[in-house]
This record gives sequence, C-alpha cells and structure tokens, in this order.
Amino acid sequence: MSEKKEPSDIAIWLGLADNAFTRQKTAKFGDASAINSGRFYSIIIVFGLGALWVLTSIAGVIEPFYWPTIGGTWNRIYLLVTEGFRGVPLWEHVGISVFRVLSGVFFGALVGIPLGFAMGLSSVARGLFDPVVEFMRPIPPLALIPLIILWFGIDETAKIFLLFLASLFIMTIAARSGVSSVRISKVHAAYSLGASKAQILRHVILPNALPEIFTGLRTSMGVCWGTVVAAELVAADRGVGSMIMIAKNFLQTDTVVIGIIIIGIIGYIIEILMRYLERWLIPWKGKG
Amino acid sequence: MSGIAIDGVSMVFTLSGGGEVHALQDVNLDVREGELVSVLGPSGCGKTTLLNIIAGFLAPTAGEVRLNGNVVRGPGSERGMVFQQGALFEWLTVADNVAFGPNMAGKPRAETRDKVEHLLATVGLADFGKKPVYQLSGGMQQRVALARCLANDPDVILMDEPLGALDALTREKMQGLVLKLWKDTGKTIILITHSVEEALFLGEKLIVMAPRPGRIEKIYDLPFADEGMTKSPRDIKAGSEFVARREEILSMIWEMEEEIMGQATG
Repeated sequence: MSEKKEPSDIAIWLGLADNAFTRQKTAKFGDASAINSGRFYSIIIVFGLGALWVLTSIAGVIEPFYWPTIGGTWNRIYLLVTEGFRGVPLWEHVGISVFRVLSGVFFGALVGIPLGFAMGLSSVARGLFDPVVEFMRPIPPLALIPLIILWFGIDETAKIFLLFLASLFIMTIAARSGVSSVRISKVHAAYSLGASKAQILRHVILPNALPEIFTGLRTSMGVCWGTVVAAELVAADRGVGSMIMIAKNFLQTDTVVIGIIIIGIIGYIIEILMRYLERWLIPWKGKG
Repeated sequence: MSGIAIDGVSMVFTLSGGGEVHALQDVNLDVREGELVSVLGPSGCGKTTLLNIIAGFLAPTAGEVRLNGNVVRGPGSERGMVFQQGALFEWLTVADNVAFGPNMAGKPRAETRDKVEHLLATVGLADFGKKPVYQLSGGMQQRVALARCLANDPDVILMDEPLGALDALTREKMQGLVLKLWKDTGKTIILITHSVEEALFLGEKLIVMAPRPGRIEKIYDLPFADEGMTKSPRDIKAGSEFVARREEILSMIWEMEEEIMGQATG
C-alpha cells in the first residue's frame, strides 16, 4: 500500500488542495458543502484587476474622463480627505448617509416590530393592516420619492421618512413571520408551566421571533443603504450619493469612482457587523 | 375526591371543508392519585386529543374532566406536560429551562436555584445547568423536559410520546428513569405512546383505544411497573407473561388497522 502524500498547508490555505473536511466529499460533483474556498483564484482576480489598473494608468490608454488613473485617484482621495468635497469633509458625506440609514431602520423597527406582532397574534390587526402591507411591499421605495418630496420637501425629514418606509414593511413582515413560526408545543409547555398570556408573549413568542426579526434588520440595513444612495442622487446636498451626482456634473470621474468604492465598502461592513452581532446576540438561531 | 375523573368526554371536530370527525366518543376513565396509566392505540384513535383535553388546551364537545373534584377549564400548572421533542426553550440554558415554571410564578431565586440543582442531579444532568439546550442529545433534552415539569411540582404529569423520537437504547434507559421518577415522586402520570412494549412496561393500567370513533377498547391492570423496581427491565420484557400480553395487544391493534384499511378501500 502506498503512502498518500499530505498536501502542504499553503496549498490548503490557497484552496488548491482539499482540506481535511472537503477531502471527505462523497460525490465528485454536486456536493455543494464540500467546495473549498478557491482562495488562490480570489487573489489572482484582485491582483489582476489592480495590475490592469496600474498598467493602463502608466500606458495612459484610457481617457481619465471614462476611468481615472490610479495616481489621479490617489491625489483625489488625498484632496477629499484633507479639503473635503465642495466644502464638506468626506467623513461628513459618509456620516450623514450612515446616519440616515440608521435612523430609518430604527424607526422602521420601532413601528414595524409591534405591528408585525399584532398582525401575527390578532385577527383584527391582521385584517386591518394586511392589505396595506401587501400593497406596499412590492413598491420600490424609490418610486415614492416624488410623493415624499411633494410632502416633505427635500430636507432631512424626507430622506429619513423614505428610509423608514423602506424598512417598515420589511420589519413588519419579519416580525409577523417570527411570531407565526412559534411551535405550538412550546406555547403549550409554557401554559402548562403556569405562564400567563403576557409571560407567553415576553418569554416564549418574543425570543422565538428574535432570529427572524434580526434577519429583517439585516435585510433592512442592506435595502436602506441602497435606497439612501439612490435618494441622495435625486435630491441632497450632502451624502455619498449626492457627492457622486455632483461630481458627475463637474466631470470628476475620479470622485465618482471613489464614491462607488466607498458605497461598496460601507455596505460590506454593515453586512459583516450585522452577521457578527447576530452570532453574538442570537446563538440559538436555527437550533430550535 | 382526588385523582382524575374523565366523565363522558366526547370530541367532535368540524373539518374545514365541512363534515365531522368523532375524535372521541363517550370516554369514561378514572385515574387514581399516584397511578401511572399508559394509553395506546393506532393513529387516529384520539389519544392525543384526550391528553389535550385533560391538559385544558381543548374543551370537549360533551362531558368533562375533573382533577381532585374540580372541573378542568383551561391549562394550569397543576397539570405538567412532557412533549415528544422541540418543546424546550432553545434561547435558555438547561437550568433556566428547568427554572421556567418557578420563575413565572415569581418564586424566590435562591430557592429555585437549589431546586433546579437537585432536579438536574435527579435526572443525571448535574453538570449541564449552564449549557444551552441545543447542545444536548435528544435523550438529554428529554431529561431536561422531565426536570422542567417536575420543578413546578404538578399533581399530574401528562406525557405525549415523550420518548418517541429517541433511539431504541436511549429509550429503554429513559423508561427506567420515568419509572424511577414516578416511584420517587408518587405523581399521577398519564403516558401516551405508540410502543406496545413501553405501554406494558410502564403502565400500572394500560388503556387500549380504538379509532372511528375514538373510544376506549380495553383496560388492562398490569404488574410490570411494580416489578420494574426490583427486577431488571430486560428480564421483565423477556418474561412469558409480558410476551403473551404484548402479542395479544399487538394483534388487537393490527386488527384495528386492517379494519381502517378495509373501510378506506371498501
């Protein structure tokens, strides 16, 4: 019997060789749980794209009007950080966008969670709000912008109200489905342990719904982040979205690209933070 | 009078598409205080419905259930329940699950802590109090469910297939634990099961129910639960009397099943 050679740690880390877990796959193709990270190819693509940018910048083959050079972008980042964009510091553009998202999600959760609970537990609340929620759900928040501008103008209230609406229906539906997902044997067990209705709500239905509420919060954050940028494109003097739009009017392609990168990074950070919070706050998720 | 009196209980369910199902028809049964009664029957014989009525989750369409002379009108902490699985609170630790009843009743924390510690030791989980319940095996989770029920010191324990989801070996071990807890605490227990062997081994009294309409077919008085205190479970289950009873009841249930199949096809 020939000894099989162990792959090196580096090969495993790069995903070029199977690790101890993915090696055990019982099907050559189709076992999606046993696909390794393929990190080597991630590195190739990231560095490849970076190198392409450097090379085209040096060769000067792309008009900066279409895509900025890497040197020009770097200078612009320096300018944006030190002087800001049109008199407003860069961190303030980013900060105001993040603030709008957090406010919108906060108010959306504040109203949506109790509303979802009521809809899950009372037929009166379900009857009253079901048509409204089901009607509003498929409408993209952006389609509401004109109406909201007519109502609130273009000040801060308008933007936060838009984001509130965007998160409200997501939170309502998440809370309602969290309530509906409670297993009846848990409710029965609590009743036969002497719990009152209020105690059932607080100690059984609420904790049981938390995982779905948190999933709703995560979705809300993502949707609101997308919506805030788009809303700022339409009407705002500050915020990452407005920065991109104004920069476009001045043909500052580098600022546009930087704005897009910032939007991507912040969105990614929000998602990672929410996942981390979820694992920390709701370790029982999916274990019921 | 003490104990449970099931007095002329009938339950008719109305189907959503119209039509009626007689889940229980005129069921009469007295359960003495401290008795362990097992209930057996093919699917659809109404045994879970009967348990839900005793627990107070369902109101019977006719008749009534009395506990110590008082008519049952809803769920209450004097009637504890143990379910098949998935009825533990996965957001609480093992100890907090067991302490749920006393905590809801606002009992002093220190007293509850001692009680929980004692109960966890009784069910063989002394060092598991701080663990989340989802890290425990199925058998251990059912031990927690038993301890959680006992923490409330109920008069009656209603068990709905508590060992149904366990593997055969764990199940036998848990049967021994149920028997021990019953002897130690002197609680009245009504146990619903699909397993003829389990019903024979644990029940002082065994109720065989029949379907369509759900009713009590036959009642046995059995010696095996008492023997279980002194003799080994394997010996009891291999004894000639036990085997004879098992075959008798199995063929009775087979006949009921075949009758249902005949009705369905014929």
